[in-house]
Amino acid sequence: MSQRTLELGFSGHSEERRVEVPPDAPPPWDLRSDLKVAGKPHPRLEARLKVTGAARYTADQRLPGMIFAGAVRSPHAHARVRRLDLSRAKKLPGVLYSEAYPQREVRYAGQAVAALAAESEQVLDDALALVEVDYEVLPHVVRTEDALAEDAPAVAGRRNVRQGRGMRRGSLRRVEEAHARADVVLTREYRTQVQTHTCLEPHGSVARWEGDRLTVWASTQATFAFRQTLARALGISAAQVEVITEHMGGGFGSKFGADAWDVFAARAARATGRPCFFMLDRRAEHLVAGNRPDSIQRCTFSVRRDGKLLGAQVTSHGTAGLGRGAGVLNPAIYAFEATYSDQYDVLTHAGSARAFRAPRHPQGVFALEGMLDELAEAIGMDPLELRRKNDPHPVRQAQYDVGAEAIGWSRRKPSGSSPGPLKRGLGVAAARWAHNARPGTAVRCRIGRDGSVLVANGSQDIGTGTRTILAQIVAEELGLPLAAVEVRLGRTRDPYGHGSGGSVTAPSIAPPARRAAYACRQRLLAAVAAALGCEAESLSLREGRVHGAERELSFAAACGLLPTESIEATATGGPEDMSYPSFTREVAGVQFAEVEVDAELGTVRVVKVVAVQDCGLVANPLLARSQINGGVLQGISYALHEERILDARTGDMLNANLLDYKILGAREVPEIVAIPFSVANGRTSTGMSSLGEPPTVPTAGAVANAVANAIGARVRSLPITPEKVLAAIAEAERTRRASDGEKKKKKKKRIF
Amino acid sequence: MSEERLRVSRREVLKGAAGAAAWLGVPAAARAEGEERAPSWPGIRRLGPGPTPLSFRLNGEAVTIEVTPRTTLLDALRGPLGLTGAKRACDRGACGACTVWIDGRTANACTVLALDVDGLAVTTVEGLSSGNALHPVQEAFVAQDALMCGFCTPGMVMSCAKLVERGAVDEESLREGLSGNLCRCGAYPHIFRACQEAQR
Repeated sequence: MSQRTLELGFSGHSEERRVEVPPDAPPPWDLRSDLKVAGKPHPRLEARLKVTGAARYTADQRLPGMIFAGAVRSPHAHARVRRLDLSRAKKLPGVLYSEAYPQREVRYAGQAVAALAAESEQVLDDALALVEVDYEVLPHVVRTEDALAEDAPAVAGRRNVRQGRGMRRGSLRRVEEAHARADVVLTREYRTQVQTHTCLEPHGSVARWEGDRLTVWASTQATFAFRQTLARALGISAAQVEVITEHMGGGFGSKFGADAWDVFAARAARATGRPCFFMLDRRAEHLVAGNRPDSIQRCTFSVRRDGKLLGAQVTSHGTAGLGRGAGVLNPAIYAFEATYSDQYDVLTHAGSARAFRAPRHPQGVFALEGMLDELAEAIGMDPLELRRKNDPHPVRQAQYDVGAEAIGWSRRKPSGSSPGPLKRGLGVAAARWAHNARPGTAVRCRIGRDGSVLVANGSQDIGTGTRTILAQIVAEELGLPLAAVEVRLGRTRDPYGHGSGGSVTAPSIAPPARRAAYACRQRLLAAVAAALGCEAESLSLREGRVHGAERELSFAAACGLLPTESIEATATGGPEDMSYPSFTREVAGVQFAEVEVDAELGTVRVVKVVAVQDCGLVANPLLARSQINGGVLQGISYALHEERILDARTGDMLNANLLDYKILGAREVPEIVAIPFSVANGRTSTGMSSLGEPPTVPTAGAVANAVANAIGARVRSLPITPEKVLAAIAEAERTRRASDGEKKKKKKKRIF
Repeated sequence: MSEERLRVSRREVLKGAAGAAAWLGVPAAARAEGEERAPSWPGIRRLGPGPTPLSFRLNGEAVTIEVTPRTTLLDALRGPLGLTGAKRACDRGACGACTVWIDGRTANACTVLALDVDGLAVTTVEGLSSGNALHPVQEAFVAQDALMCGFCTPGMVMSCAKLVERGAVDEESLREGLSGNLCRCGAYPHIFRACQEAQR
């Protein structure tokens, strides 16, 4: 163990901390670290492949003899399959393999009843159309509210409403006591919609057998989990399977384990002896490949007149379709005296939800931040002031200042006072996330006698820039330029890495990458010490050279002195590099939004968003800005545009395509000021924090608050459509007239 | 003339019999084949239903392949021609991931029938750079990190290159000009910046 003093925190707010650094581990980076490659704005390594079309995604695999698979899907939300006849389809020349799933019941529109594999996509299309299915349509329920009704059809078991473990938290008694001490207690209902992931690359895979070994190219954000689930489903060992994910076209939480279609592709490939391609079409993407659950959140919050937040009580109902996990997360950002949440999953005849970028957070924060603004309004306090008073996080306190300055918060006018039909408004919201660095990721680093450096890990780059960050870490440790490091990702024959969930990837992969490089560095220096006539401890590696007391060598020349063809080290993230005492326990973020609302048309235009996001030590500011921009834009899309619409009558999705399922496009992009906020938290040896999910958490809340500020009326339901805006304005107008009328009547009474 | 044909191809072909008849009337690629099941119109020759020859210029090279009449340009590119740069994401002209140039104009390859480019010039993202030298838009995409997962990027690059060529890189023109290209990761701010950098 060696002792080190680290400077942790952020610019203008730092503290020193003594830590013990284990042997064979590099000391953690902190505010004093003078980094040359890590932390710098390098373009991503695979960018060239992506801009030239040379990057091969799963959907781009074209293997010799490849066949194509697809499924026949139920158009009904709930039905019994009376008859399923594949005979005509199977007779079609070119149809090579089929499976029928004569379930007693289908329970959501889109559920597969049969699958086929054929010579070509055109034969496949023809064959799918020849499958005859006779359905007995049964009663269904697809809307959360409808499923709550006493006489609603039961989806599974007796009751549609379920409460899973951990879905009741806090103390109702304590919250009620807090409410009793409050000056203002408000009860409001907030609602959010079902959102589909809408990854541009569909789900799916390409399977190829060679003997008893299976190679699968998969569009997955978890190569190892994919391998495990696929092997289990096929009844083979994971060692027989290699999963390859070189590039993947978006996942956002919906692409972890192997799905039914992947299993089918593998079985079809085995049966026919030919590689099989199975990618979902866009309709299936919307119906069967996951979604963010909706929510109906009944909130009772209380505050003292001086701005002290007292009680927060949330009862939520949401549907994850046939799945579970429709809860919401909210009050923990602020220091309430007492909180209580009571959350329920509501079963419906719809495709199951999956994790979606910050599961449970955006919906909870939308309600929480709305409630905060409503409380601020009620006690006549500036909404930002209310947050500052109740936010215990030192980083967010600093971020409020940075953000308020960048958006021009001092321009904010009282709600509803914006004149004319085009009304401007400002809003603020915050987010929290955990420092999700998980042990267990392993990285191999190899330095060749030819001077080559290869870093390998079997997990995937979901589009966040993992490949680039890995190269930066290793280049930094070896004192090399970025271009000197080659990275291999996305092959399960390489060392283990986690799935990209919880924003764990970069924070978990960077420490073992650094330690593997550190080990190689020590061995390289030991090998060349004699040639330089000094002790290895006195040598340093920087700017592509090995520096001794008197002599130096180029990195390539030094490698040429290696006694073996290469040196190699594999490090696994663990206590030695990821459990130092942390400066803060949570990742902090704050966003400010400015909107313009057309009070006559009800349309909302987001003018500007300022996003201040704690990144830990920023791995790469260019890539960090991309992540922040992306989180904000998905957040605006969620706030204003997206909604899965299931038809109550037929149970089918009315907008299962990219024309009618509106996601944000170029026209709706506001000015975004993305501010990666660097914090040396000291938790790991590389200091990077989770960044994929947190920037999308507060956006909808900030936008909704800005809309309320603009029009003086609150839309408590996402997406904020023109219809809802106009209804809110009309409602506010009615209330105002009614109270004016009351005043006039009182006046008249006095006169007469 | 080619523009006129393209306009028909992208809008009318899906509108049913009338559009389809006009479609099948394209003389350049016409070749009667297969049994006569449908009534024939004077001056109109049937195509398909089997493989039908198709010749056009692809990224500057003359190519001839055979496709069935229902094959889209996108499927011809990604299948027999082996060019997988243009992506299939929505398959109905909504997302622009399959954007290519046909006779110099941007088009969604998923809503153009392959036989309709007979005699025309098609440029895909693979044909945008020459050798090792990237197109200025591609250079700028790399430098500005105008991509994340990268699945929309080939189509996005083709639309951006066209806008840059026309000098339409002010904020308003970019918003308008890129409204047919969806990026789910939200790279737009960097895409706008890349276009402006490429223009310089």
